[in-house]
Amino acid sequence: MNIIDRRLNPKGKSLANRQRFLRRARQQILKAVREASGERSITDIANGERISIPMDGLREPSFRHASHGGVRDYVVPGNKEYVEGDLIPKPPMGGGEGGSEGAPDGGGEDDFRFILSKDEFLDIFLDDLELPDLVKKKIRQSESYTLTRAGFSVTGSPSNLNLVRTMRNSLSRRIALKRPKPIDIQEVEDEIRALEESGDDPQRLSELRLRLEQLLSRSKRVPFIDPLDVRYNRFEHVPKPVTQAVMFCLMDVSGSMTEHMKDLAKRFFMLLYLFLTRRYNHVDIVFIRHTHEAKEVDEETFFYSTETGGTVVSTALTEMKRVIDERYPPGDWNIYAAQASDGDNTSSDNAHAADLLENSILPQTQYFAYIEVGAEYKDWLGRETDLWRTYKGVLKPGGNLAMRKVRVRSQIFPVFRDLFSKERAHGSP
Amino acid sequence: MALREATPADQALLFEGADWDFDKVRRAFDVIETIAKGEFGLDTYPNQVEVITAEQMLDAYSSIGLPLMYKHWSFGKRFAQDEVLYRKGMRGLAYEIVINSSPCISYIMEENSMAMQTLVIAHAAFGHNHFFKNNSLFKQWTDAHGILDYMEFAKAFITRCEERHGHHVVERVLDAAHALMNHGVHRYPRKRGYDLRQEQEREKERQAYFEQTYNDLWRTVPKSPATYQGSRELAERKKRLRLPEENILYFLEKTAPKLQPWQREILRIVRNISQYFYPQKQTKVMNEGCATMVHYHIIHQLHERKLITDGAFMEILHSHTNVVFQPDFDDPRYGGLNPYALGFGMMQDIKRICEQPTGEDREWFPEFAGNNDPWGTLRAAWADFRDESFIQQFLSPALIRKMRLFKVHNDDDAPDMEVTAIHNERGYRAVRKALARSYDISHHECDIQIVDVDLAGDRRLVLQHRVTNGILLDEDEAILVLRHIANLWGYEVRLIEVDAETEMTLREYDDVAPTINLA
Repeated sequence: MNIIDRRLNPKGKSLANRQRFLRRARQQILKAVREASGERSITDIANGERISIPMDGLREPSFRHASHGGVRDYVVPGNKEYVEGDLIPKPPMGGGEGGSEGAPDGGGEDDFRFILSKDEFLDIFLDDLELPDLVKKKIRQSESYTLTRAGFSVTGSPSNLNLVRTMRNSLSRRIALKRPKPIDIQEVEDEIRALEESGDDPQRLSELRLRLEQLLSRSKRVPFIDPLDVRYNRFEHVPKPVTQAVMFCLMDVSGSMTEHMKDLAKRFFMLLYLFLTRRYNHVDIVFIRHTHEAKEVDEETFFYSTETGGTVVSTALTEMKRVIDERYPPGDWNIYAAQASDGDNTSSDNAHAADLLENSILPQTQYFAYIEVGAEYKDWLGRETDLWRTYKGVLKPGGNLAMRKVRVRSQIFPVFRDLFSKERAHGSP
Repeated sequence: MALREATPADQALLFEGADWDFDKVRRAFDVIETIAKGEFGLDTYPNQVEVITAEQMLDAYSSIGLPLMYKHWSFGKRFAQDEVLYRKGMRGLAYEIVINSSPCISYIMEENSMAMQTLVIAHAAFGHNHFFKNNSLFKQWTDAHGILDYMEFAKAFITRCEERHGHHVVERVLDAAHALMNHGVHRYPRKRGYDLRQEQEREKERQAYFEQTYNDLWRTVPKSPATYQGSRELAERKKRLRLPEENILYFLEKTAPKLQPWQREILRIVRNISQYFYPQKQTKVMNEGCATMVHYHIIHQLHERKLITDGAFMEILHSHTNVVFQPDFDDPRYGGLNPYALGFGMMQDIKRICEQPTGEDREWFPEFAGNNDPWGTLRAAWADFRDESFIQQFLSPALIRKMRLFKVHNDDDAPDMEVTAIHNERGYRAVRKALARSYDISHHECDIQIVDVDLAGDRRLVLQHRVTNGILLDEDEAILVLRHIANLWGYEVRLIEVDAETEMTLREYDDVAPTINLA
């Protein structure tokens, strides 16, 4: 007998089958994921998901007998009271009791339930938005630096002297310039001494003295270590991404924001969150909603509770500034902010908001994205809202403020891409 | 008794406690082997036991139990399904999977206790293995030595096709082939073609016969009418295409006009796999019965010889009892006859008849009642029968009484079902016959044949379903399958359902045209 331990064999033997299955059921899964992501909280988005999809298109048909009709005989166990000739009323839905029939895979019209892993869920979710990989590379670098070794230099402080490199240069130079070795000099000296003692062959002695002189002068002219040889370790400042980020979600929750608008905003926030989690080890989210006053709230409240009141945007910015000062020093945190609004603002507040944004918020944030959500049906692109005009005044080419308008779901991703491609981080819609 | 002395490790326990390790497994295997080969006279392929994890077991499930399988989404679907059920705890995993190959591979799970490993080895590595090697159906239809190599080829071939022609196209061919998998089987050995020399001899014989029996009078008989001429043409055409043909995949592989060579090869692969599993479908009861019978008696032997503790023995008996549990028809757990219960019951009964027959047994089974050679009798039965004939031959009145089997007749037109036979003198044969019939594969697989194709004309393929007992096809499924056939065939396909007895047409499907062009 052979006994083989297969437990350490590579896992995921059926991974390829699973990919084929996901590809096959793509449309259904896409739909399910889309629905699921509507229901989930932002921070949950990246967890695996049990989803359930309809069986259409996943059926494996085969010729089989219909479950009804015709004449059938069954043999069944456990007779208790029947004798030959007894009649048994049929069960209401006529289904053959037991018997040899029955779909082999127990299949029916039921939905098909299975579990998507975190990565699969994300892939499909992002795929739905056609998020290209390149975007990830273009996010702005954060501003903290670290020193890393970067080769050698000819200048530097003595503490950074690289002895090995220096000695190597020295050796090669000494060989190239034929600096006499100490052992050669020693030999000549020894011979001279021997000749001086014995006193014979004065001819040879004077030759040797001359040679010794040459050797000594040569070794004086070619130094053991020349400043040319010296090398120092070189260090470079490399920007180090701060591994934590905080994301501020600001939203206007006054009555004029419809469910549709909130849904658009939520999707945008989700994307931003996903984006940041792929980039940073740790991402905090702060939800700030505002009417005529602003408050930091939890996610549930942020999206689902309604509030009435006017619209004063600067309150949200003030609140954000307060939270930053309190908990997120810009030196330690990458600060991102996304604001969603339908563009309304009390006109007296505009100047204040612009000032806050320009002088307090923008200098501290990596990025501030403003999206203006609009009703699906209304053609509102022609008119500029108060807030839009206000922010436009702050907008600078190459600055870290970006603004876009979004009306339907399919526009979210393109806007997102626009916002986060570095070169085009400015500009108008 | 001689065996007892031949086993040196006899007195020491094989194992204690639940943990297993490779040494213990090997020791248990060796002892089981001596019992199985010596006492029961089993004859097996060489064994290979592989230890796997639960996840690998799920993997093995999804690729219909073969260790090597090509890639297809349906396997991924099955995996996802099984995984959900398993994680929810709705379904435990099998303790083992065994593969009809040489060497015979048995997978055992690492989670099993040592007692379970012992059970599994007895069950799979000896019970199933013996059955695979000796049953005539397996001998005739499967090549245990070649299957792993063939699967390796199949997997590589399909991967190559995917690389060359794209996943999508290959998937379509496989989808279509899978839909026809049950109809990709040769049920009878095929007639061998004649070679040229034989053909010439036959021709000569025919001529000689013709000359011998020549009678000028036949010339004066009036010529047949034109319609007859037409049907002769049809007959001629069918003969040339070797129609009717029930192996649809085979026919398409050989005859479909538009398929590429690689597509034909894929059909062939699916067909071969289907053929490989064909005996297993026909011997579920016997195969499981054989394995259960073997493990049951081996475990008893081990316990009698004090090689396993009482605790291990009870643990094994507990899972044995679960396996052969047969709920009554009115029990909510009832889901048809349990092949383990029926097979094990019948084989235990055969053993009893061999050893302690009653008068009734002697009357019903004069050939082996009281012959005192239960294992010889069982080995003969395992070798020469399949479920249907096994039940027909060996189901005894005693077991019918014990299981209280009865036969129910269900006519869809009648208001009620009728009990037509129960476990009494008058009913035994009827019950036995009906039960045997229900295990006949031709009974629950649809009899569908390709009956005509006009290659010179519109190339429409005509299929016929011969309907027995008025049970038609499931219409929705049938239309989907027809679409697959049409895609492979490349032209229209028609299906007619004909009553097998009266030749009346019961239902006709609309012609289905190909929806995609595979070529």
